[in-house]
Amino acid sequence: MNTGLEILAQVTVNGIAVGAIYALVAMGIVLIHKATEVLNFAHGDLLVLSAFSAWALIHHAGLPFWLVLPLVGLGIGALAYGLDAVVVRRIAGQPQFAGVMLTIALAFMIRGAVSMGFGTESQSYDTPWSGQTTDLLGVAVADLSLVIMGVVLLIAAGLWLFFGKTRLGVAMQAASQNQLAAHLNGVSVKRLNSLVWALAGVTAAIAGIFLAPLSLVDTSLWLITLKALAAIVLGGFGSLPGAVIGGLLIGLIEQYAGVYLPDGSRDIAPYVVLIVVLILRPRGILGEAHGRRV
Amino acid sequence: MRYDYHTRYRHGFALLRHRSDWIAYGLLALVLLAIPLFASTYLVGELGYVLILCVASMGLMVLTGFTGQVSLGHASFVAIGAYAHAWLMAQGVPFALSMPLAGLIAAAAGLVVGIPAIRVSGLYLAMVTLAFAIVVEQIIGMWRGVTGGFMGMLVETPRLMGYSLGAPRVFYYVCLFVAALVLLALANLMRSGIGRAFTGVRDSEAAAFSLGIEVNRVKIYAFGLSAGITGLAGALMAHHIGYLTPDAFTLLLSLDLVLMVVIGGIGSLRGAILGAVLISLLPNAVSALKALLPESVARQSGLEIFVAGLVLALFVLFEPTGLNGRWLKLRLLVETFPLYRRDTFRRQKAYMKSERNR
Amino acid sequence: MTARDTLLELDQVALHFGGLAAISDLSMTVHPGEVLAVIGPNGAGKTSMLNLVTRVFDATRGRILFKGQDIAALPRARIAHLGIARTFQNIELFDAASVLDNLLLGRHRFGAGAWWQQVLRTSALTRAEEAHREKVEEIIEFLELSAWRNARVAGLPYGVRKIVELGRALCSEPDVLFLDEPASGLNPEETRDLAFWIDDIRSDLGITVVMIEHDMALVGAVADRVICMAQGRVLAQGTAAQVQAHPDVIAAYLGT
Ligand SMILES: Nc1ncnc2c1ncn2[C@@H]1O[C@H](COP(=O)(O)OP(=O)(O)OP(=O)(O)O)[C@@H](O)[C@H]1O
Ligand SMILES: [Mg+2]
Repeated sequence: MNTGLEILAQVTVNGIAVGAIYALVAMGIVLIHKATEVLNFAHGDLLVLSAFSAWALIHHAGLPFWLVLPLVGLGIGALAYGLDAVVVRRIAGQPQFAGVMLTIALAFMIRGAVSMGFGTESQSYDTPWSGQTTDLLGVAVADLSLVIMGVVLLIAAGLWLFFGKTRLGVAMQAASQNQLAAHLNGVSVKRLNSLVWALAGVTAAIAGIFLAPLSLVDTSLWLITLKALAAIVLGGFGSLPGAVIGGLLIGLIEQYAGVYLPDGSRDIAPYVVLIVVLILRPRGILGEAHGRRV
Repeated sequence: MRYDYHTRYRHGFALLRHRSDWIAYGLLALVLLAIPLFASTYLVGELGYVLILCVASMGLMVLTGFTGQVSLGHASFVAIGAYAHAWLMAQGVPFALSMPLAGLIAAAAGLVVGIPAIRVSGLYLAMVTLAFAIVVEQIIGMWRGVTGGFMGMLVETPRLMGYSLGAPRVFYYVCLFVAALVLLALANLMRSGIGRAFTGVRDSEAAAFSLGIEVNRVKIYAFGLSAGITGLAGALMAHHIGYLTPDAFTLLLSLDLVLMVVIGGIGSLRGAILGAVLISLLPNAVSALKALLPESVARQSGLEIFVAGLVLALFVLFEPTGLNGRWLKLRLLVETFPLYRRDTFRRQKAYMKSERNR
Repeated sequence: MTARDTLLELDQVALHFGGLAAISDLSMTVHPGEVLAVIGPNGAGKTSMLNLVTRVFDATRGRILFKGQDIAALPRARIAHLGIARTFQNIELFDAASVLDNLLLGRHRFGAGAWWQQVLRTSALTRAEEAHREKVEEIIEFLELSAWRNARVAGLPYGVRKIVELGRALCSEPDVLFLDEPASGLNPEETRDLAFWIDDIRSDLGITVVMIEHDMALVGAVADRVICMAQGRVLAQGTAAQVQAHPDVIAAYLGT
């Protein structure tokens, strides 16, 4: 028999597990947005493509999960690099709206290509942790969820180290602060931006490969873009810690609403919160307020 | 080559300034009026649908094209218009009254969504509208008493003074009438003070304030107007579909509308119409294309969305002014032949203008 | 000096951005019919002063009196209706619109008819539009913009854009016109034209001009009175020669 407290604990853990995935996707989108001011609506579709690729490699090519992970990660990273270098780079300097439109276009194309290439049926595959649970302080947690939380934590820490400590990361930071100044200082801004895309692509691939076994390998996975965007806005746009906090919040809100609020509110609660927060704090929870100077 | 000689300013304001305009648009009107007389019922129905989308696309153009406020959730106003209209008719409100009422209800919803627009802009606003649309879609699904929930809701046949307007050939004229009315009203509005205030708010809020434009009020009004027109399209859409379910008004419809205004050309009513025509005919074009492709490719279902994405990408990259821009270039080419210079329209190199601090 | 002589008065105004005091304890007056130049080193707070008057920012402290009315708490969009017009340091034009539409927007405060008149395009509205157009044509002629009348603003040369912005402000028939660095980015010929125009704006159109400007040649040529600001307050005022010779002013410009 479950007590109220146990349910609360279970729901909280679930919320954090789901939120971790949102946080990962959100970080990928924030990476690109910070560097290039493009809000990448195609991120979720890269994730779908990763999930389907992983499924195909595991099922048709019979490769082990441990090999598939780096393969797909690198492949999607390279694809993202190419997308920026060949397509997205062309609209640098145009209004943000152009970037939104272009990435929506890319999203449609990737989604269409996935349907054409892999079919429209849902698929599934197993990971080394599928079907196992661990008892954590009296709460049963799927091993896969634990792994995901660990992976997200690792990636967040890795990104933090990368941008704080490595030469390339610092250069990327500098370029995102002031592209012209970085350019004048001999930084190849274009190549850096493409590298950021590649990095974001890798995070999308990891998110896709780990998320798909939790639900199904399906094109509708792209909808996670919406949750991630909500997370980013909540977190105040443009900061990685904000994306993580926002992602966790959205995950928790969703799970709590599913258990404690009437039927159907699970699907709308994150968005209601988003609207309310934006009306009360137009720059998100962590965002700083500033207007344009005239 | 033709020149604008006007002896009075009002000739310069006129919607149709040249005899050639009168002839061209007159012919177009004749063709549109005559179509039901010879086209197949299926085609007439499809064209009626195109007209409905033209209305919706003009509605979004008011907001995104003229005041620069991006909405990724306009399907919600189509839905509100459609359900409001269907519900009102089910309560016995006559068609001719229910239509404008549905528009007004959608406009009221637009005003409410417009309020956050005072505080947020750009991508934040896009997110608010997106979130609003998702919420509306779910609420329609849950509010069974009024909307029939996911089971759906039957729309009554439209009647005017005892005559049924339900037949596709008749309903086509209803759509044509509404579309023409909306087009005319908006064209007039956009060349008057309100239209100028809209573009003023879009291009520079600081300057708009300094000229005494109530920027916040203009933004909210634009939302209301845009939502109202889109709601009108929704009311027509209700009859076109005949049976309303929430999944007719998903994010994909919102994105389709955005596609129309972008591909048509931001900031022009002609663009809204051209874009609506292109996007609504795209699925037909794709199925025609499939006939030419090898069986294995044609069987796949992703082709439509792929082509839609491709077309959008090509426009964003190579023709940011959309079909309307293309049209203007072609017209200039014809008018100034053989003096047309390619670089008349060459884009000025834009410097990186950050929108982070807007 | 009697109250009648004062068009605009800033009374111990302050403006803080967080810890930074952009303006501290600024008091100054603008007299009707004069051309007043405001000079000062970068960051002196000149633009901030203008932004306070036009209600872009809320004053932290102090009163701003226009024709005796305190405007420091008015809504931003009310300012134009009182007869205050301005240009911007980094041109704020309606880029996608034509020169004509930009100038017509300058007429906004005189009304554009009820919405239903606009939708129906009634003949009364057409007549009103014609009247606006006539006024706009006067300004076009005055500033010699007729070659650009139907051109999109976005593609125009920088100098022309500055003049269009000036024209737009004039279309609102203000009592006082603020110009934020009108000559920056103009070539010598354009600057000379500007000097004549400013003179005409004051004497023919009867508009009081407050000009923020770095170009001392222009200031010396057109300004009746000069105020030098530094670090958010008035450092010196008087004729151009007096201000330029003032030891504090010299020190401020040398950065000591
Ligand atoms: N929106 C703002 N937020 C924060 N600080 C501001 C803002 N606007 C101006 N400042 C600061 O206020 C001070 C005065 O700026 P202001 O623009 O008024 O100077 P200015 O005299 O017009 O200089 P310039 O000659 O360079 O135009 C500067 O230190 C500036 O950085
Ligand atoms: Mg300044």
